[in-house]
Amino acid sequence: MDLTNRNGRENSDVPRTGVRAWLNRRTGLDDLLRASLDEPIPGGARFAYIFGSGLLFIFLSQIITGVFLALYYVPSADHAHTTVVYITKAVTAGSFLRSLHSYGSSAMVVVLLLHLSQTYLYGAYKGRREILWISGCALFGLVLGMAFTGYLLPWDQRAYFATAVGTNAIGEIPGIGESLTRLVRGGTEMGTLTVSRFFVAHVFLIPAFIFALVASHIFLFRKAGAAGPISEDPYNPKQKTEPFYPRQVMMDLSLTALLIAGLGVLAFFAPVPLGPAADPANAQYVPRPEWYYLPIFQWLKYWHGAVSVIGILVIPMILVIAVVALPFLDRSIERRPWKRPVAMGAYVFVIVALVGLGLRSEYQDQHDPGVAKQLALQKTEENDFMRKPFEPELSSGSLAAANVSLADPLAAKGKTIFEAQSCNACHGGGGIGTAAAPALVGISAKFTSDQLVELFAHPTAKMIAGGMPKVDLPPDDLKTLIAYIESLK
Amino acid sequence: MSRSQANSSSTRARELSAPERMPRNRRSFLSALLALGSVCVGVLLSVPLIRFALFPLLRRTTELKESPVGPMTEFLNLSIPVLRNIQIEQVDGWRKAVSEKAVYVTKDSRGQLLVLSSVCPHLGCTVPWDAVKGTFICPCHGAVYAPDGTRVSGPSLRGMDSLETNIQDDQLMVRFQYFRQLVADKEVMG
Repeated sequence: MDLTNRNGRENSDVPRTGVRAWLNRRTGLDDLLRASLDEPIPGGARFAYIFGSGLLFIFLSQIITGVFLALYYVPSADHAHTTVVYITKAVTAGSFLRSLHSYGSSAMVVVLLLHLSQTYLYGAYKGRREILWISGCALFGLVLGMAFTGYLLPWDQRAYFATAVGTNAIGEIPGIGESLTRLVRGGTEMGTLTVSRFFVAHVFLIPAFIFALVASHIFLFRKAGAAGPISEDPYNPKQKTEPFYPRQVMMDLSLTALLIAGLGVLAFFAPVPLGPAADPANAQYVPRPEWYYLPIFQWLKYWHGAVSVIGILVIPMILVIAVVALPFLDRSIERRPWKRPVAMGAYVFVIVALVGLGLRSEYQDQHDPGVAKQLALQKTEENDFMRKPFEPELSSGSLAAANVSLADPLAAKGKTIFEAQSCNACHGGGGIGTAAAPALVGISAKFTSDQLVELFAHPTAKMIAGGMPKVDLPPDDLKTLIAYIESLK
Repeated sequence: MSRSQANSSSTRARELSAPERMPRNRRSFLSALLALGSVCVGVLLSVPLIRFALFPLLRRTTELKESPVGPMTEFLNLSIPVLRNIQIEQVDGWRKAVSEKAVYVTKDSRGQLLVLSSVCPHLGCTVPWDAVKGTFICPCHGAVYAPDGTRVSGPSLRGMDSLETNIQDDQLMVRFQYFRQLVADKEVMG
């Protein structure tokens, strides 16, 4: 690679000798850095342009915290909650990292809305930026998908019921709705397959698409060029440019610093709570989604019966198509907001509608005594649960689990005799059998109690040859031992 | 980011004029400051990540907990070994396994309380106490041990294994462990 940058001009900054020059000849890193930092911004740097790199920073932070959380997380219905409790209560800095990841998802939605609003209000989707805009829309959808799939993973009450409602809503789509819900859930009900599916989507699928789309979004952005201020021509920029570095970089970094400080302070002083494990049998639980899904949640309340297809499918589809196709629908090169009454009206309408729906949902919750009481109770349960110390999960092969089947006290006592007489040395713990002697599990189907007493007193030749001694016990102990052996099923 | 010199901007007519741009030395100072700042923030942010990942180094994540055997008063006037089933709790990260093991509470030659594992150090069978003969006799290969666990006869290379004990709130506590079989010296396994 030669020592010129993309614009073809020789670059005095790129070293010609030494290790760095060699590294640049081999990798082109300096040229790449130069090309990134010299990105020309028509009209100069502005604080209005900081949101894109803010999003990139949050995405990076989500990847890092997410990878670390996966060190301890297990995606299965019977372990997910325990492992998240472990992260939150036992692992050093676990609550902090989990909170960073959780608040990070909210921050992502906020900054995304700011980035989208800036692009929309500045008319920065105009000119040769149709595909750039569409890739941004796709990224918006993917980020919402990340939020939706990630929300279930802790598998606490809140996560479980919010996702149950969310996946139920998919079922309202006429025709394919039910099949779609089953596909998403991995069955008719929410369960361990749902956790696996959401985990795969959250950790493998959606991030892969986001990586690809972020790369193309940035590529398309550089290809089209920065849109600049509202006074700039979207096709043929005429204003003086300023390179991205240093002033725009500094402005972008100020948002990053603000995000780091904000998320750090929140995660440290107000860690994200975790509720008790999901209990699908809890019929009282009042599910509420995360704040950014509240408007949709409220919207769905208004549509029932035959007309529901309009509210659940038709109107959202029209909205999505209108947003995605915006650069094709709005071909004018006018960028000043006061000259775009339709665009501005639509923006204000959508924002007011979303905020209004969200507030309406809050209002209804607070003014329905039953719901308000239940929500307060859920909050208390969550707080109580957070105060309890971490309790390790009992593994399934454990004695306590095995002893549940020993409900008969006689059988439980017989177990001590079984072990004291070293029966387990050859027949194995719990009579599961070893290489030395056969299993005793299910033996009650073959022999009656009396036959067993007889065998203990007079073992067969085959038994003696195998090393089975005569069992010489007081009658009561023998009875107890047999009760245990017969309980082995 | 280690940009050390200003851009050669004169060649591009449409860029901002020279006075509006930063002088060369100020830009390189800024680069250094930015690099330093980024490194500092990066280091600061990696502290919780490192602590999170190194948690198993800083704390015990796998642990064999001490198990209660019974109140001390039960064992004060012991004349022969008594069998006790203890529950062993093995913590493994976020899960735990509970199993049951038989141990003998007995006294050594000086009259001190001693807890013996019932696992035969020969080949791992459970050794029962033979009250008639007053010895431990392993049913598998006939190893014989004295009431204090010392080897009397048979194929075993050592006596029965004593376990680490501790008294907590007048409770006899024991840490159950497995020992290597078929060797003369007591060696803890895993």
